[in-house]
This record gives sequence, C-alpha cells and structure tokens, in this order.
Amino acid sequence: MTIEELEQIAEDARAKRQETARELKVCMAAGCLSLHSDTLKTALDEEVKRSGANCRVRGVGCMGLCSLGPLVQADPEDALYHNVTSEHAAELVAHPEGAVAKELVCSREQAFFQRQTNVVLENSGKIDPEKIEEYIAEDEYAALLHLLTEKSPNEIIQDVSKSGLRGRGGAGYPTGLKWGTVAKTVGATKYVICNADEGDPGAFMDRSVLESDPHRVLEGMIIAGYAVGASRGYIYVRAEYPLAVKRFSLAIREARKQGFLGNQICNTKFSFDVEVRIGGGAFVCGEETALIASIEGRRGMPRPRPPYPAQSGLWDMPTLINNVETFACIPTILRRRADWFAAIGTKKSKGTKVFALTGKVLNVGLIEVPMGMTLRQIIFEIGGGIPEGRRFKAVQTGGPSGGCIPEQFLDQPVDYESLRELGSIMGSGGMIVMDDSACMVNVARYFMEFCMSESCGKCIPCRSGTAQMYELLSRITDGTATLQDLELLEELCDMVSSTSLCGLGQSAPNPVVSTLRYFREEYIEHIEQKFCRAGVCECGKQREVLA
Amino acid sequence: MPPTVKRPPLPNEDKRWKIVNGTMRKHGFSRDALIETLHTVQESFGYLDKPALKFVADSLRVPLSQAFGVATFYHFFTMKPPGAHTCLICMGTACYIKGAGLLLNEAETALGVKAGETTPDRNASLITARCIGSCSLAPAVVLDGETVGNVETSGLRKKLEGWQPS
Repeated sequence: MTIEELEQIAEDARAKRQETARELKVCMAAGCLSLHSDTLKTALDEEVKRSGANCRVRGVGCMGLCSLGPLVQADPEDALYHNVTSEHAAELVAHPEGAVAKELVCSREQAFFQRQTNVVLENSGKIDPEKIEEYIAEDEYAALLHLLTEKSPNEIIQDVSKSGLRGRGGAGYPTGLKWGTVAKTVGATKYVICNADEGDPGAFMDRSVLESDPHRVLEGMIIAGYAVGASRGYIYVRAEYPLAVKRFSLAIREARKQGFLGNQICNTKFSFDVEVRIGGGAFVCGEETALIASIEGRRGMPRPRPPYPAQSGLWDMPTLINNVETFACIPTILRRRADWFAAIGTKKSKGTKVFALTGKVLNVGLIEVPMGMTLRQIIFEIGGGIPEGRRFKAVQTGGPSGGCIPEQFLDQPVDYESLRELGSIMGSGGMIVMDDSACMVNVARYFMEFCMSESCGKCIPCRSGTAQMYELLSRITDGTATLQDLELLEELCDMVSSTSLCGLGQSAPNPVVSTLRYFREEYIEHIEQKFCRAGVCECGKQREVLA
Repeated sequence: MPPTVKRPPLPNEDKRWKIVNGTMRKHGFSRDALIETLHTVQESFGYLDKPALKFVADSLRVPLSQAFGVATFYHFFTMKPPGAHTCLICMGTACYIKGAGLLLNEAETALGVKAGETTPDRNASLITARCIGSCSLAPAVVLDGETVGNVETSGLRKKLEGWQPS
C-alpha cells in the first residue's frame, strides 16, 4: 500500500457517496439495534428499490442520542430523525419535507449536540463501521502510512507525550511515558494489548467506539506497536459485547487484506498482527495483570506490581496496555498534531473524554466533551436535566471504584484531579445521574455487593473485607445496625483500601466513603430512626406499614 | 523432529466436537487457548460439563484442575444446561436505579425460581448480568437473546407467562 493507492481508495469511496442525490444513514450500533434499527434499514432499502428514488441507505455507527433511537440521519439536508420505525420508511424516502418527516426531526441546534467536541467520536454515526474504505475516505490510515515511512518510533512517542494524553481507562497515567518505558525495555518479543473489558456497570463507551469506528482503535494499536517495537497485539473484549467482537474481527480481516496488518506493513520493515481475545465476564480482568493472566488462559487473578507490565507483562515480555479510548485518540493526535490536542482541555487533563450519560437524566446517550467542562453543563445542558420534575441528588462516576458527587459540587470542572479531590474518580467514563428517588446507602450497598462477588479471592482484605462491609451495609439498610457498626464500617473502608493487592480492592470502599462524606445524615437516619427517605430500603417500608 | 503429541479422540460422534477441535487447531493447540476453546464449547453445547472439560484439558495438555478452575472463575461459563427459554435481567447501575430489582422479583415470582436457576421442567432459566451495556434502554432485559428496553413489571410478567408450555 502506498500513499497514492490509499488516496485512490479514498477517492473512490467519496465518489460513491456522490452517486446518489440523497443519503439516509441508519444507526446500527447496539442501542438502536435493540430498537430494531436493522428491520428499519431493510424497510428503507426496500422502499428505495420500490420507488426508484435517487437515494442510498447506509448503516452507520452510534449517533449519541441513544434514548431517542432508532436514529436516522438524512443528507445533504442534514436532518436527524428520531424514534423512526419501519412505518415511517416510505415518508422519509419520498417526502423529506412532509408532515411525518417534520414531526420526527430532532433539532441539531440543541445543547446535546452543540456542546460536544468530537475527537474519538468524530466518525461515529458518519461512516459504515463494516467497511474499511469508508474509514479511509475520512483521511484515516493516512497518519499510519506517513508515520511508518517518515517518522522514527521515538518521534512518535515524543508527539504522544507532547499531546498530554493520559490513560482513558480511569487512572490517568501519562500515555507517552508508558509508551516510552515499553520502548526502552529490552525483550525478545513485545506486545500491545487493548483493554476492552469494560466491566463497569453503567458504562458503554468502549462498546460504542468498537461498534461504530473499529478501525480507529486498530490504527491506534498499530501505531503503538510501531512506536514501542511490538510485533503482536491483542484486544481483550467482553463476551457480553458480541457485536463489538464481530465488527472488530471484521476490521482486522479487512486491514490485513489491505496490508495494514501482517508482515512488512506497507513495504516497511515493520510487522504487526492483532488477535481478538474474548473475556469471561470477570470485572477484575480490567486490572492489567489479571487481564494478562486471562489472555494466557488462566484464572484472571492479579499479581503484585512491580514489575509493571511495561517491564514484564504477557509471557513475561514487555507489554503495553492501554484502554480502547486511549488508542482511539492516537490517530487523530498524530494526524492533527500534538499541540492541537493539547489546546483542548485543562492544564493537567488534555483533550476530550467520552462519557456514557445514563440514569435519571432526559438525554441518555454517548457524549464527548472537552476536559474541564462542569458537571452542571454535562448533566443539565447536554443531558437536559432531570425528568419527571424530580430533584437532582447525586452523580456517580467511575463505577464501583468511584464515588457519588452531590449537588454542591456540580460546578466543578471534570478532570482527573478535581474528581479525585471530590472522592470519586474519572473512571472509564460511566456517568450515572440519580434523583431523589435513590437511596445513597442502598447505592453504596449495591456497589459493595458488586465488588464482593467480583473479588477474585486472592488477597484477604478484598475477599473478606468486601463481604464484611456488605453485611454491615445490609444491616444499615434493613434497619438493624447500630452506630458501632458504622464505626466498624469506616474502619474497614480504610483497611481494605490501604491493604488490598489490586485496584479492585483498593477502590472498593470508594462508593461507601464518598456517600458517607456527603450523605452521612442518610446513614444516621437509617440507623437511628430506621427511616429511608427515598423509600427504597426495607426499614423504610416497615415504617410505612406501621404508619 | 519433535515427538508427535497424541491427542485424545473426540468424546463421541457429535459433530459439534469438530467445531471445538477446530478452535483448538486454529490456536495450534496452545495452552493459552483454554478460554477461547471453552467459549466454543459453550457456544456449541450451551454449557460446559465434565466430559467436555476433560476433553479440552487433555487436548491442550493443561491440568483438569486448571480447566475446572477457569470454568468456575468466569461468570460467563455455566456448568448447568440452560432451559429452553432464558430471561436475563441486567443489574447494571443504570438499570438498578431504574428498578431492575423489582423486575428481578417479578421474574422470580413468575417463574418460581431464583436468579441463576432453571425451572424443574427445564422450560426457562433466569439469569442476571452485571451490565449488558444497553444503559440507554434501562431497565433492560434480554429475552431469548432479544434485548428489550424500558421494561415494566407487568409487561415482563406477561412475556414470561407466555413461555408456559400449554
């Protein structure tokens, strides 16, 4: 593959788009598919065939506003239609100006679209994820080709460092630094692993990216392989995401066919290939050493670090592990230059972050915002606020490792440091909004149950500590706890977080600690008055019966 | 010349074993293919049982204890044959705060079994998931492989009652 050949493919793909006067893009990502967007696409296809309209129907990736799916985007008029069903097919094809179409139009002017900045999601909802030429038509893979022929691995690592990109899996370790360590470590073989084991409940960013733009992640992995000197890559995807597995596997096959993977990529000395590994539904496998154990075919149990995987990882070889979103940032950073990326975001957190905005919020979906946007802007402007006239209570970020942030901190900017200060973490990007119908003690108990059953059982603080904390929280929610139990709970939080082996145990108390910090009065109410103000817990129900 | 490794014969005539063997061959019968192979077994047979674990362990030359350890460690693998129908309730955070717990109670009453169990007549299995990633449809359930969103207890009950063998 040469630059000229690549440009030819892009030209052809763009010309194909011009062949028809109109184009209807149907979202074929998991959210809309569950609402039968596949039958909708067939209906549109048939309608076009039947009427002979000068129109093309394409399946594309996620358009973001998942709660209003299935979504259809019509071009060139740039109209977005929501809640489309097969019955609307004839109208959308024949009468884009008609009354039915007008009713379905969803304004592009609303804050949900206007306040976003798309880097990782720039092709999402625009291209067909199952066709490599559509990705190439957006000038992608060009970065890879230029880098392989014109830049040294060292220069690429410097660029990544300069961009200020930090790990999007949640911990925020500087990506350039990690790449540099792997590059410097000597090893017979080096590996690149993409962590797509998105186990946080309430998060679906990685899934959407893999389903909507798989080549972007693959290109990021290939560039990383070149930069650190690796020859093999693995992507570890959850078994719960069959569509993501299917689309990524297809992307690998197509990239191989075009010569972006395999021996001597694009006639250079660099050889690299990628294999998909399917997870087994264990949350702990998101931890890097557990993930490595799982790829090696063993139980996913973490081991102490150091040595870090960068020094001794998969089969004891230097291994680079990054999250899906981190890899997805790479092609754009290198194509549009590091300083462009570094200009977005805050002083210490650069670029954008994808969030899965869910829970009790009007616009549920996938969003990408510059770092530093406030929680209020995200929830009340992009998210459209709380439905059914209820009151905002807290927002949960970081899943079972994160915490709940109350109303008084809504004006805090979202970046790695400020979220940590608030007792939560950035996490991989799940953002669950809760209204006053949620009981914070119950939420803490929910996450503790999660950590308890997901604990791998290797180290005692996590194995027994989470079980004891869960018991204590259960006592509080069913109204049989005393204030001493609360004291014990706090002591355990401290002990488990400071003595557990891996991130799962170390962060397991976070939901409890953060709710205790901001909603202590709810704990006290449960204990002293046997009262749950949200009416969720058993103790609250008993009281209702008595009254 | 490396000594030729003797592999165990297929457990029986069932053609699905050839698919399982195919996965192992694709990975060159390497030991790290254990999880991948178990996925294929479960996809083909619906669950993992002892003969299957023994066959895979022997073929890949891993101790049976390791195969058993892996099969029981990962939630995705099941050692019990599933019922004719499956009802999966997502217990992810978004679903949970939108009432997945109530749905689970409803399903447990409707089917008369607890989460993780199958009805005695093997007609229906009730399982829960950590998060199926369909948070925009919360609360979501998966009925016989089809994801259904914004589920209400009454609607779920009706669906489950429709599964009763007449």
